[in-house]
Amino acid sequence: MPEPLIKIEGLYKLFGNKPASVMPLVHEGRSKDDILAETGHTLGLKDINLTINKGEIFVIMGLSGSGKSTLIRHFNRLIDPTEGVIKVDNIDVMKLSSKELEQFRRHKMSMVFQRFGLMPHRTVLENVGYGLSIQGKSKAEWTAKATEWLETVGLAGYEAQYPAQLSGGQQQRVGLARALCTDAEILLMDEAFSALDPLIRSEMQDQLIELQDKLHKTIIFITHDLDEALRLGDRIAILKDGEMVQQGTPDDILLNPATDYVEAFVKDVNRARALTVETVMKPPSRRITADTIAEALVQMKAIKGDYGYYVNADGYQGVVTQDALEACSDDSQKMSNKVWEDMPGISPDAMLESVIPETLEGKYPLPVVDEDGNLKGELSRSNLAGVLGGGSAENDAGKKSVIEAKQ
Amino acid sequence: MADSSWLTKFPQMDRVDLVEIRKGLDSAYRDFSREYGEVIESVFDPLLMFLVWFEKLLLTTPWWIIIVAVAALVYLVSRSWKLSLGVVVSFLAIGYFGMWEDTMRTLSIITVCTLMAIGLGIPIGIVMARSDKARSVITPMLDIMQTMPAFVYLIPVVMLLGIGKIPGVIAVIIYAIPPVIRLTNLGIRLVDSEVMEAATAYGANPTQRLFGVQLPLAMPTIMAGINQTIMMALSMVVIASMIGVKGLGQPVLKSITNQYFTLGLFNGLAIVALAIIFDRVSQAYAKRTQRHMQGIENA
Ligand SMILES: Nc1ncnc2c1ncn2[C@@H]1O[C@H](COP(=O)(O)OP(=O)(O)OP(=O)(O)O)[C@@H](O)[C@H]1O
Ligand SMILES: [Mg+2]
Repeated sequence: MPEPLIKIEGLYKLFGNKPASVMPLVHEGRSKDDILAETGHTLGLKDINLTINKGEIFVIMGLSGSGKSTLIRHFNRLIDPTEGVIKVDNIDVMKLSSKELEQFRRHKMSMVFQRFGLMPHRTVLENVGYGLSIQGKSKAEWTAKATEWLETVGLAGYEAQYPAQLSGGQQQRVGLARALCTDAEILLMDEAFSALDPLIRSEMQDQLIELQDKLHKTIIFITHDLDEALRLGDRIAILKDGEMVQQGTPDDILLNPATDYVEAFVKDVNRARALTVETVMKPPSRRITADTIAEALVQMKAIKGDYGYYVNADGYQGVVTQDALEACSDDSQKMSNKVWEDMPGISPDAMLESVIPETLEGKYPLPVVDEDGNLKGELSRSNLAGVLGGGSAENDAGKKSVIEAKQ
Repeated sequence: MADSSWLTKFPQMDRVDLVEIRKGLDSAYRDFSREYGEVIESVFDPLLMFLVWFEKLLLTTPWWIIIVAVAALVYLVSRSWKLSLGVVVSFLAIGYFGMWEDTMRTLSIITVCTLMAIGLGIPIGIVMARSDKARSVITPMLDIMQTMPAFVYLIPVVMLLGIGKIPGVIAVIIYAIPPVIRLTNLGIRLVDSEVMEAATAYGANPTQRLFGVQLPLAMPTIMAGINQTIMMALSMVVIASMIGVKGLGQPVLKSITNQYFTLGLFNGLAIVALAIIFDRVSQAYAKRTQRHMQGIENA
């Protein structure tokens, strides 16, 4: 049962000198461009409502200028809203005094920045320990913790270096370690990996996923890259010109884009890497459960075709074909592993990409089998083609798998 | 005829009125300085005592101790043997050409002026960086301080405080303080906004942001301002000598009125030597303390 941690209701942000006087225009529903032309105010965010659950990675996505940075800066009030409610853990963040807000920022949230935001005059270790040191923790205490986190992100030995002496990827690891070092429950990441080259970037994504498996933080992650969003996100929100156009699970967004804008977004995505087998498989219709050959032949006839997946009390066993059944001399014989062919099932959680070769090479559609041996569905070549179809997606998939092969 | 004369001749204020205004202002200020001059002077007494004490210290200490002390200080600050050696050589030359006492006097007043300019300038610069309103008030004042000929503000200062060290110090500070204020403000405003956001996001309070992030990151710029301030203070030595500040400026003044070229040149060179020493030492110090940030500046 998902437990809501952050709630945003009716959030508006107008940039300009007199936002309050322009708000009526916004409520009338005038467009961002109109308002800018008429009043010189920029509509940063418009009527944002969202709920973020404990322990999930919530991705906010959108093109440049869509208001992603503006939105994420509202969570810790680096930016104050013009209107709206922000609640974290049932605390109304807008009602905090400046002292309370400091405490809130120190203990509740930490943040990773696109251009790292490291302090060039502090060593790597001092940067990582920064959050704790401004909380007034003793040097011994923050040094110990910072050393530990540096080790976790794979930067042991760099303690005494200055940020300028590190590569971009290393600097962002420092940024990540700094964020984790305060033990804050919520992690805000504003295009944290966007400044990194693709290889380092996917490495960092792996690391984040790995850490998240251990730490179970609530992460708000901003990106303009759908691949990244799909890879990391438990849920995704898409912003356009300051408005929320769609919220949902990655599969939702990929398979049911709400608007043309979202569709354009997902058009080029590498679906093979984004979708799991479960989302595209067909329900299992070719189940053979008979005890004897004769019964099996009857079932085979019913399912119309010359093959089926044999399932007994122990779960999925293999593929049986009409030919194999007919070849048996004795109809009353019990089903046995001589009759069925071994055919390994694939996991419903596997990424499509990982099963492309088997699907293409296999004689039959692949059985989808969960950990307990239950037959959950089947994945055929035509299923795969249907989802991956549409020229650009396929080419893209091809290109990316070549890149991956090189790694 | 008389009616249209404003077309050819600027319709200026009546001469009598103008004189009245001048007289009025002058006498008002004179009354003010008579009334409060002593009080204001007494405010500056501690500073004067310090100035006198410091000058005496430099003058009574044997010359070789001073040279050793200055060379050691220069080495401590810059960690450069060459620079220390250069300082020793220039001081020896200055002494040999008979300018030791004047140089010590100038050194003492410039040191005090610079320290005061820094001590006042950096906080003012910080205020200016924090509030746009403060900036819009302070900037025009700095413009005036930098462009108003020094002689003009010397007049009221001398009227108020008479001739001597204190008016000299005030004149030098007015002239030399703008760069350190401007560059402190600039340095703080130029601090990377994302770094500032990071500090805020981790819950730093305004004091922690100022001393932990803004000032250290603005330091290279502030040091450039301090450097400028020192140079400008030195260039005021001659003008300050006109209101009774003893030191290298007075022989220069004398050589102007009497056309002693060589005397002027020697003392001028001594001022230049002091300037170069101050400049190199402060730059070397800045460079040494900011080394780790260079990677970023070059990037
Ligand atoms: N301080 C500000 N003053 C005025 N307008 C602003 C300000 N900050 C952001 N905006 C405007 O708000 C809109 C959203 O900006 P924002 O930085 O949130 O975009 P973004 O989605 O983060 O883009 P990017 O991917 O380029 O980082 C833009 O139109 C921008 O011009
Ligand atoms: Mg942004």
